[in-house]
Amino acid sequence: MSAPSGGGASRDGYGAALLDMVDDDKVVVLEADLGKSTKSCLFRAEKPSHTVSLGIAEQNMMLVAAGMATSGYVPFASTFAIFSERAFEQVRNGIARPNIVVHICGSHGGIHTGTDGSSAQSIEDLAIYRTLPNMTVLHPCDDVSAKALTLALRHHDQPSYMRTARNKVSRSYSEESAKELTIGKGHVHRTGSDVAIIACGVMLNEALDAADILSKSGINATVVDMHTIKPLDTELVTKLAKECGAIVTAEDHSIIGGLGGAVAECIVSEHPVPLERVGVQDRFGESGDSDELLQLLNMKAKDIVKAANSAIARR
Amino acid sequence: MVERGMGLGIDDLESMAKRCRRNIVRMVYGIGAGHPGGSLSAIDMLTGLYGHRLRVDVDDPAWGDRDRFIMSKGHASPGVYSILHERGFLTEEDLWTFRKLGGSCQGHVDMKWCPGVDFSAGSLGMGLSFGIGCALAAKLDGSERSSWVMLGDGELQEGQIWEGVMAAVHHEIDNLTVIVDRNGIQNDDFCESQMRMFDVSEKFASFGWAVMEIDGHNMSQILDAINWADQVTDGPACIVMHTVKGKGVSYMENNPKFHGAAPNEEQFNMAMEELS
Repeated sequence: MSAPSGGGASRDGYGAALLDMVDDDKVVVLEADLGKSTKSCLFRAEKPSHTVSLGIAEQNMMLVAAGMATSGYVPFASTFAIFSERAFEQVRNGIARPNIVVHICGSHGGIHTGTDGSSAQSIEDLAIYRTLPNMTVLHPCDDVSAKALTLALRHHDQPSYMRTARNKVSRSYSEESAKELTIGKGHVHRTGSDVAIIACGVMLNEALDAADILSKSGINATVVDMHTIKPLDTELVTKLAKECGAIVTAEDHSIIGGLGGAVAECIVSEHPVPLERVGVQDRFGESGDSDELLQLLNMKAKDIVKAANSAIARR
Repeated sequence: MVERGMGLGIDDLESMAKRCRRNIVRMVYGIGAGHPGGSLSAIDMLTGLYGHRLRVDVDDPAWGDRDRFIMSKGHASPGVYSILHERGFLTEEDLWTFRKLGGSCQGHVDMKWCPGVDFSAGSLGMGLSFGIGCALAAKLDGSERSSWVMLGDGELQEGQIWEGVMAAVHHEIDNLTVIVDRNGIQNDDFCESQMRMFDVSEKFASFGWAVMEIDGHNMSQILDAINWADQVTDGPACIVMHTVKGKGVSYMENNPKFHGAAPNEEQFNMAMEELS
């Protein structure tokens, strides 16, 4: 499948989706000062009556959203991924535990956030939210898929956390192909039987580049956009484990507990095969541009190639 | 048309509060655990709210236009369950499921388990924010339903409370009332020794809230305060009620030990006698 041209940041897709829902009077948008960054500002500009500013106070925002949700509204609450974590216990006890449908968006996730440095680079959000019963956890790769998945959340019947990213990346979806996206179902971008590369977020592009490099040495890789970390598409992961016999995960997140952790948990129960996890190796990031950081932390396409060869060798 | 409260006078309300006190002690004694002190300090106000003010529908607990009561100090669950029994949401049998497997009366009040409960509490500091959400939704709906949030005084030590205190004024939320149960005791000891809070009324007032102080065991003052809060129309209202932790049971009164402890058999019998 050829990647459509152009580029977009997943946070732009979130903002575009909110704007698409502007005529839906049940949708409310909550902000904690970072609307210009998360792109909820687009909705605010069109519909201030249904936009609630809570200031720099994420804990309050989460429970205000819960209160509105129990009164018939569908809240979309956003801040930076890292600051949502400040309200983790509020999400745990106030949203996930009573299963109140609040959709949380954490933008600027991962080391790809870049020059702001390690304090802003959440590399653990997918892991922590994944542990909560009732929560759906999403991490789309580009603006087009982020828009489609955000729109899908409008009628999703469980609370969710979606991580978006700050920076533009090459698009992997067209408006048309994004229509095939379903929460909880991985999207196969390329098919090969030698190794499966399961990626999410900005790492999908690196995974597709890695598949190109591998093909030059005769290795055919399947590449999956696993935009839903929870519930994981275990059916697809198990099928890939059986068909390819070797798996690589690629995520802009700690290798502990995120996509790599979820895939490991799945295959160890269903069909154990060699697995290599590309991601942040149990360390914090630092300031630098996105590509410099991907290089520094061994998260480029060449690193995925290396991991694929290693997984195949262990088969 | 669902009416406010239950149409009861002060004498009836005081009798109801006494029955609730007996059930609070019975529940806690029955399971050998729970929080009697903060239930007994709050129960007169709970009686005033359910008996005099809240528009709720026993036949339709999830009725969208009901008034909301958010018990943020969710450990005072025996107090809530006892009044929900009086109001008709729970049978007496339900009360004896307190803290038992599969029971509607969970350790901390929980909207998923108990009819008539609007908020799943248990972790302090969250209820005001939830109440703000309910109140904002009512305003968006153009509904006259109101939201009432009860906070403990120890709970005011949570930072999230002050995020909410600021937000309620910023958004001019006039369909929201906070009631602070100023009983002066928290889990470990007297609030004064754990984290001094000085003048609670002054703190709320300085953020822009309308504030009224009352004796939280005087039913006449309780009803006046509820009526007053309804008349505050330019922002949120706060009732700081001075109460006695463990009120009504002599050995529990103002005794930090009975924040979260059950009486033994002798103490239970003494309590039943005092509350007869």
